Amino acid sequence: MESVGSTIVYWIIALAIVIFSVLTVTTRKILRAATYLLFVLFATAALYFKLDYEFLGTVQIAVYAGGIVVLFVFSILLTTRPGDNGSRLASGKQIMGLCGAAAAALAGGWALLSRGADLCTSLVPMSNPTMHEIGLSLLGTGYGQYLLPFEAVSILLLACIIGGVVVARKR
Amino acid sequence: MDITMIWYLIPALVMFCCGIYGFLTRRNMIAMLISLELMLNAVDINFVVFNRYLFPGSSEGWIFTLFGIAIAAAETALAIAIIINFYRVCKEIDVEDATELKH
Repeated sequence: MESVGSTIVYWIIALAIVIFSVLTVTTRKILRAATYLLFVLFATAALYFKLDYEFLGTVQIAVYAGGIVVLFVFSILLTTRPGDNGSRLASGKQIMGLCGAAAAALAGGWALLSRGADLCTSLVPMSNPTMHEIGLSLLGTGYGQYLLPFEAVSILLLACIIGGVVVARKR
Repeated sequence: MDITMIWYLIPALVMFCCGIYGFLTRRNMIAMLISLELMLNAVDINFVVFNRYLFPGSSEGWIFTLFGIAIAAAETALAIAIIINFYRVCKEIDVEDATELKH
């Protein structure tokens, strides 16, 4: 059983996620879509905090809300004229999109419902992963420790930096 | 009210479906990228929720989310570099116009 405050926080987060996700894909102004995406990402970070993963919530805010959304806003301002509204959607395309979303909802909902009993698991108390444990699991080589993926991601980021510079430079 | 696992999975499912709808309907490349971010984010939430509810104490799920966030950042940066380069050539970022990328 959860406290009333915890339930209220949950409902705020869930409603924010649902409403702002819908607004992100239905608004016609692209800059507004980026702003609503920012709110969705903040709500997700709040959800991570609520589930006791403080480090993950911080990373979510720093990388997504601080990095990716700023990148989006910059590129939107570079590539669209101000006051550009975006064309109205063709109704055929809208129907196709709705069909795709409904198919995904059906598949996802069926996959959820087929696991019946697991879904009603209650939250068990857990101590937050400490910074020491996080460092060990990222840089250790034992069981349940992830040095190799960590290095692979480092190389991926390096390749991404070089690729970004090469692709976007002026010729 | 007892908040069980399903209460977290349903908003994530809604977010994922919104991402699919946006990806199929939008023709602006940046809007498609934003929809893609929505889908990635929904998957991240699922990893974390399954980790927290079914295997509390172990770290596989949320570490995977950490790597997922890093890869999403790399993918977005590269995609935006490509989009800006495309804008320089075509003065337009509509996917319908991107029929001839090789110049």
